[in-house]
Amino acid sequence: MKKVPYRNLISKVLGVSLIGLMLISNSLVAQDAAEVTTGQGDPAKGRQLFNQDCAACHSLTRKMTGPPLAGVGEKYERDWLYKWIRNSSALINSGDPDAIKIYNEYNQAMMTPFPMYSDQDIDDILAYTDAPPAEPKAAAGGAAAPAASGGAGSGISNELVLGALIAILGLLIIMLLLVNTTLRRIAEASGVSLEKEKEEKGMPIWKAFAKNQFLVLVFTIFMLLTGAYFAYGWMMQVGVDKGYAPIQPIHYSHKIHAGDNEIECKYCHSSARVSKNAGIPSLNLCMNCHENINEYTGRPEGPSQEDLAMGYTNEFYTGEIKKLYKAVGWDEDERRYTGETQPVEWVRVHNLPDFAYFNHSQHVSVAGIECQTCHGPVEEMEIMEQYAPLTMGWCIDCHRQTDVKVEGNAYYEKIHAELSEKYGVEKLTAAQMGGLECAKCHY
Amino acid sequence: MNNFSRIGVVLGLVLLVTACADKRNRNYEFMPNMYYSVGYETYQQVDFLPDGMEALEPVANTVARGWIPYGIENTLEGKELAMTNPSPLDPSNREENLKMGKELYTIYCSICHGNNGDGQGKLVKKEKFLGVPSYASRDITVGSTYHVIYYGLNSMGSHAGQLDTKERWQVAEYVMTLKEDLTK
Repeated sequence: MKKVPYRNLISKVLGVSLIGLMLISNSLVAQDAAEVTTGQGDPAKGRQLFNQDCAACHSLTRKMTGPPLAGVGEKYERDWLYKWIRNSSALINSGDPDAIKIYNEYNQAMMTPFPMYSDQDIDDILAYTDAPPAEPKAAAGGAAAPAASGGAGSGISNELVLGALIAILGLLIIMLLLVNTTLRRIAEASGVSLEKEKEEKGMPIWKAFAKNQFLVLVFTIFMLLTGAYFAYGWMMQVGVDKGYAPIQPIHYSHKIHAGDNEIECKYCHSSARVSKNAGIPSLNLCMNCHENINEYTGRPEGPSQEDLAMGYTNEFYTGEIKKLYKAVGWDEDERRYTGETQPVEWVRVHNLPDFAYFNHSQHVSVAGIECQTCHGPVEEMEIMEQYAPLTMGWCIDCHRQTDVKVEGNAYYEKIHAELSEKYGVEKLTAAQMGGLECAKCHY
Repeated sequence: MNNFSRIGVVLGLVLLVTACADKRNRNYEFMPNMYYSVGYETYQQVDFLPDGMEALEPVANTVARGWIPYGIENTLEGKELAMTNPSPLDPSNREENLKMGKELYTIYCSICHGNNGDGQGKLVKKEKFLGVPSYASRDITVGSTYHVIYYGLNSMGSHAGQLDTKERWQVAEYVMTLKEDLTK
């Protein structure tokens, strides 16, 4: 085989010049393109309609519930498309061979009819699918390029500054050493002895110390106390996993899901409402969204410097989505499950010892406590970590300080009224309701 | 050996000890056999089960306690059939049901469908999910809404695992009030 240098040269040159052209006169080009290909539809309006009504099942370039739509206007006759879009089932029932072929190819999923579309609406959509306006892409490219170069520039300058500082420090140290040796030489030359002065002292300091019994006593007590202090501190942190942040088999970012996209915690951890366990979502729940979202496009402004420094590029996240597909056995191109699954061995982060009972639903549904109270700012965590120490002291502190939520809970209202009279307080804390009793959590 | 190197050795030892406390590993435990249950715990890895997984689907042809089979199939005919399916919830509790329905809707649906059902949820506005219809423009009933929550439709996945039977009906009833508000 022959090696072909610059295999994609022509397309690359074309692409680059195209982008250049768009940047120079991008509105002009877009308008021209629209007029040339369809002559009648308005692609901007079409894009709006497409995103609103079609994009749930159709993508321009890849198979979804329905076929990809790029260039569909040239593939079929306009009248046939009008009929299909307004009422596909009528077309299928009339025995049209093209219609039946598509219907069977896509698992006999019936397309939602759109009888309210005018010819103009459909023309607009087809104008968009046949020649999607390149404005957003060109704009995104233009915005991303300076951002990226600027980012790289600042990274380099940071490193340069650091390097220069280290070099200066090194020079200073070398200079000091040089000065020291020359001074010593001068001292030797002029006959001054530097080392001997120390040896002429009488008793070494530790002997003097050992002879003074009072000092020894005070010192011993001091050392014992400090030792006890540190030993206590060390023993108190045994079994406490605050800050534990294991590496998970799939890099799931709470920062993206709960932070950027503001998905409710309980969307995925739904059993926290009703069960002792908060629940690790099974992979079919991931696929509720990721059947459609097969790549990470990130924020409009692109990944931040910190993310890039950690290697969290868009490609990295897309790779993690592919790991999910592999685990759940989802064939992306055929859009079906292959049945070959590989369970994901998530690493448990929060783990209460077996001798302490904790129930999520009691805290989430009855008490109405926010997840963040115990789990911390999860929506900012790229790698999930344990925020609270989960010690008994920590539980009890919260029980002592938190008032019981009685609103809309007839049982609590009654017992609250009785107990607050008994204790002579207006608001009962969880502790006064029995939240400190041993057998509540240990049995 | 002068004082400086002695201090250096001590500091080095301290660093060595503290360096072991890294956050990728669990800490020491006092009495591990009191920390870990003898009985099987949720999500535990168990040797004798397939793939070592303790979380399994119910055995074929059995029904989990409290789970009521739906009885309508996930087909086009099934969806037509579901259109006429009435809500089994007690109408005298309607206010409470709608309150619960709203709470659940906010957790499970509004991220795509929008807080008032107009199809403009947060994910749609960010163009992560597209083409989420407004309830106003679709021919839906309480029965068909339940059907779609149960099985999913097109790009929407099934939410039967997150909501139990009663909760699904509560959400379906709330969705119908949203549709009424939108088409007013």
